[in-house]
Amino acid sequence: MTLSACGSGDDGAASDTIRVTLANHVWTDNIKKALPEFEKQSGLKVEVTQLGEDQLSDQYNVKLNAGSADIDVMMYRPLQEGKLFARNGYLADLSELVKSPTWDFSDFQSGPMEATTYEGKPVGIPIITEQEVLYYRKDLLAKAGLDAPPKTLDELKDAAAKIKAAEPDVAGFVARTGKSTAVTQFSSFLYSFGGDFVDGGGKAAVNSDAAKQAYAYYGGLIKDAGPANVSTDMGWPEAMAIFTQGKAAFYTEANSLYKNATDPAKSKVSDQVGFAPFPAGPGGSKPYNIPSWALGVNASSENTANAWKFIEWATSKEETLAQQKSGVPGARTSVWASPEGTSTFPEDMVAAIEASNKTGVGHDRPQVVKVAEAREIVGQPIVDAITGKDAAAAADTANAAFQQFLDDEAK
Amino acid sequence: MATITTTKKPPRAPETPETPAWVLWVNDHRKWLFAAPAMVFVAALLVFPLAWTGYLSLTDAEGSVRADSDFVGLRNYVDVLTDVERFWPAVGRTATFTVAALVFEVVLGMAIALLLWRPFKGERWVRVAILMPLVATPVAVGMMWRLIFDPNIGMANQVLGWFGIGPQPWLAGQHSALPTTIFIDVWQWTPMVALILLAGLTSLSEEPQEAARIDGASTWQRFRHVTLPLLMPTLTVAVLLRGIDALKTFDILYATKGRGGGSFHEVETLNVYAYGLSFDYNEYGVSSTVLIIFFLIIIGAMWALTARRKEARR
Repeated sequence: MTLSACGSGDDGAASDTIRVTLANHVWTDNIKKALPEFEKQSGLKVEVTQLGEDQLSDQYNVKLNAGSADIDVMMYRPLQEGKLFARNGYLADLSELVKSPTWDFSDFQSGPMEATTYEGKPVGIPIITEQEVLYYRKDLLAKAGLDAPPKTLDELKDAAAKIKAAEPDVAGFVARTGKSTAVTQFSSFLYSFGGDFVDGGGKAAVNSDAAKQAYAYYGGLIKDAGPANVSTDMGWPEAMAIFTQGKAAFYTEANSLYKNATDPAKSKVSDQVGFAPFPAGPGGSKPYNIPSWALGVNASSENTANAWKFIEWATSKEETLAQQKSGVPGARTSVWASPEGTSTFPEDMVAAIEASNKTGVGHDRPQVVKVAEAREIVGQPIVDAITGKDAAAAADTANAAFQQFLDDEAK
Repeated sequence: MATITTTKKPPRAPETPETPAWVLWVNDHRKWLFAAPAMVFVAALLVFPLAWTGYLSLTDAEGSVRADSDFVGLRNYVDVLTDVERFWPAVGRTATFTVAALVFEVVLGMAIALLLWRPFKGERWVRVAILMPLVATPVAVGMMWRLIFDPNIGMANQVLGWFGIGPQPWLAGQHSALPTTIFIDVWQWTPMVALILLAGLTSLSEEPQEAARIDGASTWQRFRHVTLPLLMPTLTVAVLLRGIDALKTFDILYATKGRGGGSFHEVETLNVYAYGLSFDYNEYGVSSTVLIIFFLIIIGAMWALTARRKEARR
């Protein structure tokens, strides 16, 4: 008894229509604008379905589970769902296709490619990379008598407290607070304190001294210098809203979202936003540096050749450059190397990205199959710390649960 | 040829030598044929999914439902029923949410129905206005209240500020989130209860009321001893319909608190929990178990209510 009813694939009639499922992102907006050019060039038709992150995941869960062939190209999150999808056989093996000569597979940064490779085979092509950086308000810093953004986490704490004390309506610091959604942005704090989710021997490590300090720091910073009445459900849209409404001085977030803060149509403080490398902790400045989105081909698709044509075009040097010029950081070395590739980023952002490229860590969440569940476990101490509970005790509890989870998954 | 015969079969169309055999067959079996679409529909869309869920609940299916899974008997049921971290609190929240929402909705709905019972000027407009929340999409309603209740930039706290009351956490608070979602549910669904009760009230006859008035019964006495008992069947229907719906609430909770019912699972009811199990954790076996148990709970609640109704009729 299985649910897979469709997809015999015997006739192999490749369709001229490529069905592409994409997430809401600046990247998607750009690609949609460029589509007519691809359709003209290739003679193919592209049908785009665009969804929010959560809805996209649900859609994949339902359709891929049923072995549905009505998705050809899928935009997915390698670090969130990559392992699960690959293990379930949802992603087609691209080994042969990436050999396409003019497209230049070797140009892709090795860090991001690692996340889209499963058992030695490429199953996805990274399209968006991101690092965590510090967003800050130039005017508030100047008012508080600070001439440069904080370089260390200690300085950040002092500066945030200072601004919060001087301006009661403005929070010194804001960041994601939701148990699961905060994990990725917390990870840079964890690494910079010298910790990680899992230690070198594959054991849970979220109750190491470094991890305990990181939880206490992150939660304490939001509790003490964060917005009054802080919610423990904030994802980036909520946290970004507080920052762009002018209600916070510092904000740690993925750089790929920076347009939300600098676009006057979306931000009240667009002309006052500055960017700085992630502040250094006892373990140095160690932001994550990851591929947040990739394109893959549905293994049940009957239209693999055309699906690849779309991916080849969307990830070409030209398109990657165009994307990067409009503010979406990509994964191609050659584009990063060309001056044109970084010409439109704010100067301080380029500096921050360069710094992250050197010291960054290649993951921003536990690298497991059931990422959603793991995030909830390691995220619990974050919300406990924000609500004023004992971070160290919460970390111990979380570590036991996380070890149990890892043991279960290893079975 | 056309002789009248007494037979249990439905009367046949006049037979002529040219009538093809299949027409006769169709004619003989028409009661099955007419019912067939409905039967296929029920089988395909109700019986099969339910049976499939029941089957999954006995396996350790996870990751992908197409992947191999082992039959584990009742192990999932034992695991779920002994889970005091997520399952039982979710049962508690489901019960709290349903009972609290239902009590408020019935009391307020009754009050509104009584107010609208007697004709007054502008009655039509008031009725339309009161029904507004009912026609709004629950997700949109959730988003709207989420904005209003935002602790930092929301309107609710601004309004409270005018009266000198400090800001409240509303949906953001660990203990205030569930009551706030109950409030939203009451806001949206009281009109439906009012509408059903109003329909019941309008169909009541005037005589018992008049008799009571002549006997000198007070307004309260007339409501308590005349209107309410007469309205009981309608009230049961309203409670039944709204109760089942409230048990199954998902949209408002998801739109206001997102997946898992918030960081502390503040509003995680059984429905939200089962959703998280299948869509976040990909634990299809366990998720099916929770759904089957939930299904039994709903059937149990329905049975208890209808049994009461039958008793009341006796």
